[in-house]
Amino acid sequence: MTVTASTAGRRRARSTKILFDVGRFLVVLITTYLGLLAVTFFIGRVIPIDPVLAILGDRAPASAIARVRAEMGLDLPIWQQFLIYIRQILSGDFGTSVLTTNPVLTDIARVFPATLELATFGTLIGTIVGIPLGVLAAVKRDTLIDQAVRLIGLIGYSIPIFWLALLCLLLFYGKLDWVAFPGRIDIAYEYTFTPITQLFLLDAILQREWDVAWDVFRHIVLPGCLLGYVSLAYISRMTRSFMLTELGQEYVVAARAKGLSERRIIWAHVLRNAAVPLVTVIALSYAGLLEGSVLTETVFSWPGVGLYITNSLQSADMNAVLGGTLVIGSAFIALNLLSDLLYRTLDPRTRAR
Amino acid sequence: MSALLTVDNLKVQYPTRSGLIEAVRGVSFTLGRERLGIVGESGSGKSQTGRAIMGLTTPQAIVTADRLDFQGMDLLKASPRERRALRGKRIAMVLQDPKYSLNPVMTIGRQIVETLRTHESVSKAEARRRALAMLEAVQIRDPERVFGLYPHEVSGGMGQRAMIAMMLICDPEMLIADEPTSALDVTVQLEVLGILDRLVATRGMGLIFVSHDLRLVSSFCDRVLVMYAGKVVEELRASELSQARHPYTRGLLDCVPKIGESRHPLPVLDRKPEWAA
Repeated sequence: MTVTASTAGRRRARSTKILFDVGRFLVVLITTYLGLLAVTFFIGRVIPIDPVLAILGDRAPASAIARVRAEMGLDLPIWQQFLIYIRQILSGDFGTSVLTTNPVLTDIARVFPATLELATFGTLIGTIVGIPLGVLAAVKRDTLIDQAVRLIGLIGYSIPIFWLALLCLLLFYGKLDWVAFPGRIDIAYEYTFTPITQLFLLDAILQREWDVAWDVFRHIVLPGCLLGYVSLAYISRMTRSFMLTELGQEYVVAARAKGLSERRIIWAHVLRNAAVPLVTVIALSYAGLLEGSVLTETVFSWPGVGLYITNSLQSADMNAVLGGTLVIGSAFIALNLLSDLLYRTLDPRTRAR
Repeated sequence: MSALLTVDNLKVQYPTRSGLIEAVRGVSFTLGRERLGIVGESGSGKSQTGRAIMGLTTPQAIVTADRLDFQGMDLLKASPRERRALRGKRIAMVLQDPKYSLNPVMTIGRQIVETLRTHESVSKAEARRRALAMLEAVQIRDPERVFGLYPHEVSGGMGQRAMIAMMLICDPEMLIADEPTSALDVTVQLEVLGILDRLVATRGMGLIFVSHDLRLVSSFCDRVLVMYAGKVVEELRASELSQARHPYTRGLLDCVPKIGESRHPLPVLDRKPEWAA
């Protein structure tokens, strides 16, 4: 009797706990988003570009300017303007791009997958190569291998990526002709190939269009590897330092005293512990690539968010800039929440009992 | 009785910029199936002795000995692979604080099973069964539940029992316990010691009990080595501790307070350089 009562009680407590967690999650999500919207709204108001003049031109009569200003709600108090802005964003209305004459949302739906594909490619390389390198450097601490890995990291940290990109283009495209350039896909395929997800590499493989896949791969491999190198530099450095911290822990001695092989100790015990903070590092680096590959996208004429925002900025196309900012901000928030979630699954100590 | 372990003139040295630092400077003893205590203050080399026997000193350490012999096997000549096969299987070690010596992201059950499956090829189900039996042997009341818990979810005493279970599951012939109760509450200390004592006795293991607690060691062990500055200054039967002759041991004994005694001035440990010579 008492046993069933207590299990029922525990079950109720657990479901309240889950509800509470979901509630907290939503509160965090909503407040972060409001903050993001406030920032983009603020930027939109402080820049010295008059949206009315941008539409009408500076020779319009004063009455027309006043009318359009009222139509756009620009004569209302600022907080009402903010509410209107939020309502517009929530209904998916990001305005129209002056440059492309498309709705901003349409443009973003076209350019974001390009950035997403490139950033994912780079992060995968950075993770798959960077973590083993960092582990190796930590295990072989203060040896030549360690120095070499640290040098690779240092170079990746310090070399300007556009310069390296140009050199690589010269070598691998200009001299050796190993890679394809510019853009994401050859012009010959651009109109015959119908993508599904807009991630071209994935789409081509899904449709078993091997020649397209190969062409897309030849386009993405150089910028992807360059971004991968930047992210590798960061990830390997952090992996090394997390591994060194963990290697000094007593449970490593205990694992050795149990007679485990060094390989098992490193990969199953030490890296498993170092993985907890690494998740955040990788997520941040991924988010960095999603927003910040402007230079790489420019050099490679990669039609992604970075290039889109830069072009819009140069022609004072504020709707497009703010829309792009919002998308990048959303990606950042999403990755942060994802890494929080992963953190919890990886570290039992942060899980609620 | 044949000796389990023979140590003759064991030295552990660390190269530093200002020359070699000698952590252990010629320790010799033999261990049968008995309980041997090693006491000394911090830095006396007692833990380093234990780790050198395990083969767990850091890579830069230089370990030498005239003899380091475990059951007829020369440990210094053994390959790293051979020594690894010994660890956890025939020689095990219990560390000080379960809070740090258990892997925080692995359940207790998995950590125990891991030791077993490293050394014996047993099925998962069999390994689990034996781990549960081992948890019961260290007097954990609800083994099924504790098996699935993470180290942070159990108390210190429970964690140290899990540690003992993890180290004894392969039935080693020799156990090195490095301050196994120093991190525990006094009340829990006795419980854990009792469990350790029973397991050592029933399984006929040799035990090296490293501690700074002379009182604890004398009540728990058969024989006591007193170490000072990397050397053994005195070796005694635990029962004859009161007849210790070496001034350092006498100094340690005098530090133990007695009820009703006046302590003015408080006795201070003497440290004479010639003892270390």
